[in-house]
This record gives sequence, C-alpha cells and structure tokens, in this order.
Amino acid sequence: MLRKSRIAAAAIFFVCITLLFLDFTGTLHAWLGWMAKIQLLPALLAVNVGVVVGLVLLTLLFGRVYCSVICPLGVMQDVVSWISGRRPKHRNRFRYSRALTWLRYTMLVVFVAMLLAGFGTLLAPYSAYGRIVSSLLAPIWQWVNNLLAAVSERLDSYAFYSVDVWMKSLSTLLVAVVTFVVIAVLAWRNGRTWCNTVCPVGTVLGFLSRYSLFRPVIDTSKCVDCQRCARNCKASCIDIPNHRIDYSRCVACMDCLEMCHKNAIRYTRRHGTPASTKASATAAPAADVSRRKFLGVAGLLAYSGLRAQEKKVDGGLAVIVDKQIPRRATPLVPPGARDLRHFLSHCTACQLCVSVCPNQVLRPSGDLERLMKPEMQYERGYCRPECTKCAEVCPTGAIRLADLTEKASTQIGHAVWTRANCVVVNDGVQCTNCSRHCPTGAIRMVPLDASDPKSLRIPAVNEELCIGCGACENLCPARPFSAIHVEGHERHRLI
Amino acid sequence: MDTKDKRSKDSISRRNFLKIMGVGAAALTGCRGDGRAAGNAGPSGTVAEGSMSYRTNPKNGERVSLLGYGCMRWPTLQEPDATGNVIDQEAVNRLIDHAMAHGVNYYDTSPVYMQGWSEKSTGIALKRYPRDKYLIATKLSNFSNYTRENSIAMYRQSFADLQVDYIDYYLLHSIGNGGIKTFRARYIDNGMIDFLLEERRAGRIRNLGFSFHGTQAVFDEVLAMHDRVHWDFVQIQLNYVDWRHASGNNVPAEYLYGELEKRGIPAIIMEPLLGGRLSKVPDHIATRLKERRPESSVASWAFRFAGSPEGVLTVLSGMTYMEHLQDNLRTYSPLEPLSDDERQFLFDTADLMMQYPTIPCNDCKYCMPCPYGIDIPAVLLHYNKCVNEGNVPRDGEDPNYHAARRAFLIGYDRSVPRLRQASHCIGCEQCNPHCPQSIDIPKQLHRIDEFVEQLKRNTL
Repeated sequence: MLRKSRIAAAAIFFVCITLLFLDFTGTLHAWLGWMAKIQLLPALLAVNVGVVVGLVLLTLLFGRVYCSVICPLGVMQDVVSWISGRRPKHRNRFRYSRALTWLRYTMLVVFVAMLLAGFGTLLAPYSAYGRIVSSLLAPIWQWVNNLLAAVSERLDSYAFYSVDVWMKSLSTLLVAVVTFVVIAVLAWRNGRTWCNTVCPVGTVLGFLSRYSLFRPVIDTSKCVDCQRCARNCKASCIDIPNHRIDYSRCVACMDCLEMCHKNAIRYTRRHGTPASTKASATAAPAADVSRRKFLGVAGLLAYSGLRAQEKKVDGGLAVIVDKQIPRRATPLVPPGARDLRHFLSHCTACQLCVSVCPNQVLRPSGDLERLMKPEMQYERGYCRPECTKCAEVCPTGAIRLADLTEKASTQIGHAVWTRANCVVVNDGVQCTNCSRHCPTGAIRMVPLDASDPKSLRIPAVNEELCIGCGACENLCPARPFSAIHVEGHERHRLI
Repeated sequence: MDTKDKRSKDSISRRNFLKIMGVGAAALTGCRGDGRAAGNAGPSGTVAEGSMSYRTNPKNGERVSLLGYGCMRWPTLQEPDATGNVIDQEAVNRLIDHAMAHGVNYYDTSPVYMQGWSEKSTGIALKRYPRDKYLIATKLSNFSNYTRENSIAMYRQSFADLQVDYIDYYLLHSIGNGGIKTFRARYIDNGMIDFLLEERRAGRIRNLGFSFHGTQAVFDEVLAMHDRVHWDFVQIQLNYVDWRHASGNNVPAEYLYGELEKRGIPAIIMEPLLGGRLSKVPDHIATRLKERRPESSVASWAFRFAGSPEGVLTVLSGMTYMEHLQDNLRTYSPLEPLSDDERQFLFDTADLMMQYPTIPCNDCKYCMPCPYGIDIPAVLLHYNKCVNEGNVPRDGEDPNYHAARRAFLIGYDRSVPRLRQASHCIGCEQCNPHCPQSIDIPKQLHRIDEFVEQLKRNTL
C-alpha cells in the first residue's frame, strides 16, 4: 500500500513537472507552477523559507520521500532502473554496498564551491532534469505539435499552431546529453548511485533522514536472511548480515516492504541508532564550453532574370537573410532579474523560462561565467510588452516581476543606432520601423542632414526612455546586422 | 532591379542580401492562384464542346471567344526549373489544351507577368496549335525604363518569347498609373505610339489598344486620341461592384464602358472577379446568390455580369485551376445573359458588399517583389479573408472576440511567414506607384500591423 501510494504520487509529480517543461503555451504553469517552486535548491535560492522548512520537516518525519516523489531526476532514474530490472535474469539484481561517505561529502563541498563560482547548476538535480527535458524531449513534443498543426490547418481548425523548433545552445544540448547518458547508465546498472554519491540534495537530505521519525525497520525475529529485500533495494542500503539499513541512503521507496515474504520489514517509528554509510563511485558530467549559434539557413535559391531589355517583373519574393547576433558589452537578462549579479547567483539554469518564452528571445548562454543560464537575443523575436512568462515560471526568484506595469517600466538596456547599417543612409529610403514599434516612444526621427529639415529622417534614441525590449533591433530592416541594437545594463532600473 | 537602384553599392547595404527569388514565390503563390477557392468551383458536369459564346471584332470580323484566358496566374513550381522558369509548364499545357478544346481562343499575357516567364510558357503551350487557331494579346509593359530603345527591345522580345511573327492584340499596358505625365513619357514623347502605329500598318500588330487603370481625366484624354490613333479595342476593369463603386482612383466601369460604347470601340474586360474577391464573398452574400441560382457557382454571377454587355469582346480570367476553367466554360457555353431583374439584384448585392471593409487588392502582384521581403498581397488577402469570415473583431467586447483573435493570429502566421508580415514594412512606399488599384499599401500594412499588435496585447 505504501509502495503503491509512493509510485502514484511520484508518477503525478514526474508527469506534471515534465509537462511544465514541454508546455510552450504557458497555460499549465498557472496550475502546476508550484511543483517547480517546491524543489529544494530553487526554494533555497528563492529564500522560500516555508518550502525549505516544509521539506526539512518532511524528511525528518518520513525520510527521503522528496527523492522518491518530488525530485523528477530521482523518479527518472527509478523509471530507467525499473526497465532495466524487467530484463530476464535481472530480477534481484542489486546488492548491499558500503556507503562512500567521504565521496558524498567531498562532492557536497565541491558543489558548494561550484555554486559560489557559478557552476553549481551542473549537479543540481531539478535543473539537470529540466535541461534534459527541454533539450531532448521538447523538440520531439514540438515536432508532434507541428504535425498536428499541419493537420488542423488542413481541417481549417485553429486548435493547434505551429512553433519553431531550433537549437538554442549547443553547449547546453551537449551538457544535457552527457548528463542524461551518465545518469541513465548509472541507474540502469545500479539504481540510485547518483543520488547517493553525487547529488548534493541527496547528501543533505540523507544527513537529515538518518534522524527521521518514520523509517523501515528489520524485525530480526522474523527475518530469515533471504536477502530478497537487499537484492531489490535500488539504494543498496540494506545490510542483511548485520540487519541494518543505511538511512542516509534509503529513499523511502517502500519496495523492501512489499518484497519481504515474512513481513519482517515495517515502516514504523524510530527506536534504534543509525548505521554507518558507504557507496560506490561515479563520474561527473563534463561541460562543453564552446558556443555556436544555430542559424537556420533559408536555403532558398536566388534567381535573377537576365533579359535583353530592362523591366521590373511582377511577383516573386525578396530573399531575407537571417539576422546575426550583435556583440553586446553587457549581456541582456529579462526584466525582473534586477541586476546581473543577483540574477546569476539565483538562477539554477533549469531552462524553464527558456522553454516557455513565446518570442524566442531567451536561450541558454554559452558564456563560461553564465553557462546555461538564460540570456536574451533579439534576432528571432523581441521581448513583447504583453508577456511576463519567464517571471511567472521562475522557481528560484531569479526573475521576479509584480505585474506588466513593472515590466513596461523596467530598463534592462538601451538601444544604440549604427549609422553604417541604417537603410535610410544606405538605401536612401525613408524607414520609420524602429520608431513606429517602440513601446515607450524612446525613438524620434530626426533629419539626416541637420541643416535640411526636409531631408530623410534617421532614428534618435532617448536612452532615458528606452527599456531595451528589442522591438527596434528585431524589426530593423538592415540585415544581417541591425542598424539599431540593444546594449545590456548590469543593474536594471525603473524609469 | 539592381540597375534601377543607384544607391545599392555600399557593402553593408541590405540590397546585397535581397535578390529576386523564385522559390519562395512559387511555394506561396502556387497554392493561392487567382484566389478563387476550389469550394466555389460550382456544380460539376462536362461542358459540350462547340457551345462557347463568341463575339465579333467589328474591325475585321474575327470571332473571339467570350472567355479569354488571362496568363497572369499560371500554376507555379515549388522551385524554378533548370532554365529558371517558375511556371509549371505541364500544367499550363493541360489547361490550354482543355481551353482550346472548348473553344477559348484569346490568350492575354505580358512581358512582366509571372516574374517575366508568362510569355515564354504561354508561347510554348500555344506553339503546339496552328497559328490561326488562337489570338494572342500582349503588352508594352515599359514601367521601369521607358526610353525608346528599351521599349522597342521589350516589344521585339515578346515576339521571340511567344514564338510568333505577328501579335493579334497589342496593348499599352496599364495607362493611368502615374497620371497623364507618365502616359506621355511612356508612349508619346519617346515616339513609341508612332512606332506602334507603323507596326500595325505593317501587319505585325493586328489590333492596337490599351489597358486602363486610373483617373477619368487620363481616360478622357487617351480616348480623345481615338481620331488620330484609332484604338481597335480598350481593356477595362468591369464587374458588378466596380460598375458603380470603383475603389481608389479607379473610374466606375459604367462610365468607362459607356464612353467606349459611344465610339463603337470593343471592350475587353479584366478583373471580372476582382482577383477572387467576388467568389470569396462573406457567407451571407454567397447564400444570397445561391438562393437565387442554387446550381450556379458564386463566380458565375460575376462572369455573366461581365459578359452580358454586347460591346464586350472577351472577358479575361486568370484561371490557375482546372476547376475554375471548367466553371467558367460552363458559364459561357453558352452565355445566358443577365435579365434586368438579375442585374439589379447584383447591384443590390454590390451595395451589401460595400459594407465589408475589405482592401481592394486583386492579388495581381504588380507591387512585388517588395525589396524588404514583405509578402504584400498575402498580408492583404489574409486580412480580407478575416473580414469576410467575421474574424476582425471591433473590440474586446465583441462576443466572438476570443475565437476571432485566435483565428486571425494563427491564420496570419499560417498565411504569411513571420519575416514577411506587415510588422516589417518600413514605409518606403516603393510599392505604391505599381498598384493598379491605387491602394496606399504601407498605410494599409501599418493599419493591419497595429490591429495585430492590439490583438496580441489584448488591448483592442
């Protein structure tokens, strides 16, 4: 019964959190957003005292239920391990191993050091899972969606709409692949090795669960030393010869309770002393730091009709060259990030905001200092005024906005005009597209030739009014480099 | 294109990146065609060969089929063939075979249609028939460079592309665009009119006329030249909406046709269907027409209207699809002229249609290619479609608001790739002089963009 409840709860959490990362429409977050916010590391970074205290109490009462139910990476390992155990001759495949306590605490120290240095996100379980889903599963989800959109278009229905599937960052994809492969292989072979050696959340909760009120206990009077429980313990923490369970590694999955034929293990209140710990070794995922932008190639053939006489023919479409990302002195981060330092120290790079950004603005950074944490670029879209999706979903408080008004008045950067790229100067045509789309009226058109008020007009940016949304940069007709681009600000401010 | 533009040499200039292309156009236009929805193709059933209605050219007594083939909307390929041709030649051959078999003998093209490939493809298809079985019409489309040399080069190239040694109907193309000054510059001051009169005398042009879009003053002045030039025919825009409600600078067809009738000049009709706007009509208009003649297509009303006046020599239709050709053949094999009662019924219908604020775009693509990549007709057509389907909500209180918003926005992304949408129109106005319907294109695009912006922000 306990095991079945655990599996049911884990399935609900696992599916819902996965859907959070897949749902690009942003509608599920209103209902399920809390599931991301109760993850331990995001809650810690958000200084969400209620959640942290709740999780500590949960662990002190019932053991590492968090690892078995709430943590999506843990449940993912259970799924992999379960499939592995379905193979013939692989039932009863686990065995007790001594805890590698020194390794666990070393990893924890390494993690804290990395966290302070800004790389902690590599090992954080929830973020690692987020990267796996948003890099590996989301594209498949979106392709299926696009297939449905194509069908619904044929049926003249507006039920589905098509979305662009593009690689947002090569380095993040590689990290996600490596993380997934390493964790999946470990889980396939030895169950919860990752959780009990590398995972910092597992180590911290393991420390607490040693003192948990409820725990599985072996009744030595009933135990016949058949090893059935130990051979099915994915945490490898049941030591039958000594009739001990390593509670720092037990994830309270309740599998042993159902395995025992003699009812010799019961989940009950504590009355004994905790055992010592030990476990097996593992490798940390490598990080690739190369950065390459995925540029969709139009791949359209150009055709120019050379004829005897000159004529402007009708029809056809001009080729549109893809925009390229300008070099920005300061990276752009979303309104609500407050300032770069605050943002970087709170973000765990879970990719939730990247997954929901409907304007293709957010993508993981390839910069070493901000590895996999989101940054904004405007070559595909701009930060639209009606949207606060990233702030709504952020579980760590790295991006936090009260409402649309706050966003509309937050200056995250300012636009800079580049004369050499402007079509007014180069093509000699009047263009007012940046000015026309500026939501704050920060761009005025002034005469190109100051002495001639009737000359073509060029944009002039009032930096005090500019909020850095990027509408001008995105909609500028100059390609591949826009004639107006946004420079980021280290500290955002209200204007 | 490039020679026309003198400012494009700078290395960062975007013009280096923008070239005329065929592929995207083919992919997009191939499915739009002349805009007549296949669903409106009307009841099926074969048309008896040999029952086509004919009119007689008073000048030489030749018989012209009432249905003329407009060669501006041929089906296109996904990407250009080895020669660069964007037109699906096999499909064109099939369409022309079917049309020839059912008595269509008038084919109207121009050197600039279909990105410049229409004459060539039409010529290839017609070459398979004896020269005396078809009448060919083409035009002096010297819009961008109207020196005498360039105009004559264009004239001669038409013979080569069409593979003919005489042209049956030759037109001064789109007179009125740009006013009387442009007309004089294109045809009078460079001596082209005298050149063409000489060609007519020599028999290489059998009939000389002009096609007209523009203001009444230009029409009157050009028609006044009749005594000297003797126009053999005039091509005008005529349909039951334009009869009284001509849009923009256009002159009501009632006046144009009346002036021609007075002088005994045969009229050739273009835009009988307004590029599909008279077949893709709001639902209750379609119902109204269907109630009256349940077995006739919506489009057939427009063709009967255009073909009924006795002074009409032929009615042009740019038929992309076989179904449209068949429907039009049914309408004109033979023509059942409109009764006075039916005429009045159509005028009343036109009055009803005027209440719909559609943009008078006929998808002729004269404005294209936009140097900044906008697909202008696709944007305007999507807007018109939403107007007709009731998906342009007036404000957020509209009971249909949410469904309409979704239909408009999702449909917009489906009809027009994002980079070719109205938000990218910079307002340079290079398209405006080309529009025969004198639509202020940037103004309309900016209006649509603002509407889209309001829908997206939910602030309508």
